[in-house]
Amino acid sequence: MSSQDHLKDTNTEERFEFKKEEKSAFKSEKGLTEETVRVISEDKDEPEWMLERRLRALKQFQEMPMPTDWPGQPDLSEVDIDEIVPYIRPDIEARGGADSWEDLPEEIQDTFDKLGIPEAEKNALSGVGAQYESEIVYQNMQERWEEKGVIFCDMDKAVQEHEEIVKEHFMTKCVPPSDNKFAALHGAIWSGGSFVYVPENTTVDMPVQAYFRMNSEGMGQFEHTLIIAEEGSEVHYIEGCSAPKYSAFNLHSGGVEVFVGEDAHVQYSTVQNWSKNTYNLNTKRAIAEKGGRMEWISGSMGSKATMLYPSTILKGRGASDNHITIAMAGEGQDIDTGAKVYHNAPDTKSTVESKSIAKDGGRTNYRGLVHIADGAENSSTAVECDALMFDNESTSDTMPYMEINESKVDVAHEATVGKIGDEDIFYLQSRGLDDDDAKQMIVSGFIEPITEELPIEYAVELNRLVELEMEGSLG
Amino acid sequence: MATLEINNLHARVAEEGGERILRGVDLTVNSGEIHALMGPNGSGKSTTAKVIAGHPAYEVTEGEILLHLDDEDVADVDVDLDDEDYHWELLELEPNERAALGIFLGFQYPAEIEGVTMTNFLRQALNAKADEREELFEDEDEDEESAEADADDEGYDTSPMEGPADDGEIGVAEFQEILSEKMELLDMDEKFMQRYLNAGFSGGEKKQNEVLQAAMLEPAVAVLDEIDSGLDIDRLQDVSKGINALRDEQGTGILQITHYQRILDYVEPDHVHVMLDGEVAKSGGAELAEQLEDEGYDWVREEAFADA
Ligand SMILES: Nc1ncnc2c1ncn2[C@@H]1O[C@H](COP(=O)(O)OP(=O)(O)OP(=O)(O)O)[C@@H](O)[C@H]1O
Ligand SMILES: [Mg+2]
Repeated sequence: MSSQDHLKDTNTEERFEFKKEEKSAFKSEKGLTEETVRVISEDKDEPEWMLERRLRALKQFQEMPMPTDWPGQPDLSEVDIDEIVPYIRPDIEARGGADSWEDLPEEIQDTFDKLGIPEAEKNALSGVGAQYESEIVYQNMQERWEEKGVIFCDMDKAVQEHEEIVKEHFMTKCVPPSDNKFAALHGAIWSGGSFVYVPENTTVDMPVQAYFRMNSEGMGQFEHTLIIAEEGSEVHYIEGCSAPKYSAFNLHSGGVEVFVGEDAHVQYSTVQNWSKNTYNLNTKRAIAEKGGRMEWISGSMGSKATMLYPSTILKGRGASDNHITIAMAGEGQDIDTGAKVYHNAPDTKSTVESKSIAKDGGRTNYRGLVHIADGAENSSTAVECDALMFDNESTSDTMPYMEINESKVDVAHEATVGKIGDEDIFYLQSRGLDDDDAKQMIVSGFIEPITEELPIEYAVELNRLVELEMEGSLG
Repeated sequence: MATLEINNLHARVAEEGGERILRGVDLTVNSGEIHALMGPNGSGKSTTAKVIAGHPAYEVTEGEILLHLDDEDVADVDVDLDDEDYHWELLELEPNERAALGIFLGFQYPAEIEGVTMTNFLRQALNAKADEREELFEDEDEDEESAEADADDEGYDTSPMEGPADDGEIGVAEFQEILSEKMELLDMDEKFMQRYLNAGFSGGEKKQNEVLQAAMLEPAVAVLDEIDSGLDIDRLQDVSKGINALRDEQGTGILQITHYQRILDYVEPDHVHVMLDGEVAKSGGAELAEQLEDEGYDWVREEAFADA
């Protein structure tokens, strides 16, 4: 049985929507004070420098205003940090994650089983990390990679066991807490996430996957992912997210930092299916050295509001970046997502392809920035964003900003916004497809140019989510 | 044998104060027959076609559309039609249900669907039709004889990535075989199957594609709306061959909407009808089309006016 088959066999709806009774070993108070930050750091037994970084980030968070002045940005007025439980350590024995699913408490095992993670691990992955609430509960990588010096571990564990390299890279040069208010918040109360280190000239040929699950009502998840790909190496990291829906809001504010070494290649894929009460406010950034290649693939289906603009700094000559984003917003959802690329060296290249679908009054927005620095000669960028709307209640905007400070460059930009055609639907119906299947066919055709380029495991999962989202509201 | 029977059909545009377009259409098409529907621009021919297929832009205010079927027409599904006059009221059904029962509409202006290959589309359509038939006739069976086990659960059986699931009615190999045969008949290049549905097709290619779809879906009655417009002479012959094959091999009843005698030289009609102001004003044999070609519609209008 191939990896796709097993993905087909699981019932996607059940996989995401179930809830578990909340059982935890340690749960912080609601709200955010210096005391909370100290308690988290102490519970994790962190070195002094990390506590200091957290406290500095907290101060920055408190000083920065909530972002409210972006044109057309999602409404964040409901996001009251004092209502969030920032830290829940699930009741597990081994810190840093068990390496066998059987060692986990039954309800956690069951959660990931339903999500299909252990099955996927057997079939198509080099390694898997699984986070439940604030901590990684399972972490495992095939031995052959360990032998080659590849590290894939819980971020908390990395602070302890790979201290020097973490100290150098953790929220210093890539995503400093000062970047934005939610990056600062993340810096203060981050917990869990993955650390990936790939040594020189090593190609990890099957993806590593991390799965993030929020189970408790009113909690915040703040996992940190740090990926370091040394010269000439290659790795594909897949991130999946979900949570059951509660009435209170949840907050997800992850931080991702990727260091793409010379001629290295990193692919970072996300399928985000947070419940529709989650605010998903992330900061993701990569720095690519000479000849390095960064690829961001993001599918945003869930959440109440998402603000996510993965960015790449093309720092070395000939570095390149490729962004693929698919966003889908239904009733009550505001998916504000896009890409940022900084061309800071000559001969750098970027492409951005964005497809968004808005229905039942949902809103999607493509917000992007391409910056080409003075002196970044012979750089090229191509941005294409297409939006599809199902009805007149839904909205779709595009805000592709360009800052071009160099004349010897090649810039291309295209944007389309269209409504799904009644005649198109009728045409397909007249051939025997029902209303839902007709719309689904049109949507899958709309995103086809993108899905064609996706890694197969990812594409299958994504398409199933699209189907699921479409089924939810039609008919 | 199947019969499409339209009685006193009145329809208007489905919006506040929408225009009345059809004012009492009567038409009957039996399987194996070829009917030509002619008439001036704006007389209601396309509207008739779309209302038969269930287009949501029109509201039927009066009349009925019946599809009579007999045992032969439902040989593929497990149902026994002991009723003499077994028929479906099409106006109560969704467009896809009508398609499943054997109604096909060849569009005057076919839609272009980007990103969906012809192969994917056709396989999914065939499987959808087969599934829907099962469902329609199962309900029917239950109504009559009651209590037969429910169909297998609905669930994911198709992924847009992969096309229809392989447990559909038609396997890949069988599908390919039928398809190649039909394409050859229509003299269509195989490369079309990997292209997106109608996207960038020339006017004539689109029309050819409509006939190909009809050939694949094997309808009981095919309504072909100006299938001949925009076809060059060679293609007109290919398409005509396709239409005749539909009738000869599958016994499909054809309702062919056209403005020109040209295609009728190749697809000879058994009956010709003239539509005027939303009604069938005159019907006759093949010679009626020739007369129209020579004399236009004025005389029909005068005749109809005199009758009224
Ligand atoms: N959706 C609609 N909204 C408004 N008017 C409509 C609509 N559909 C059809 N009509 C009108 O109804 C009349 C009949 O249109 P229809 O397309 O049926 O004509 P036709 O006989 O097919 O003409 P042609 O030979 O030009 O194709 C026309 O006047 C047309 O403008
Ligand atoms: Mg017409």
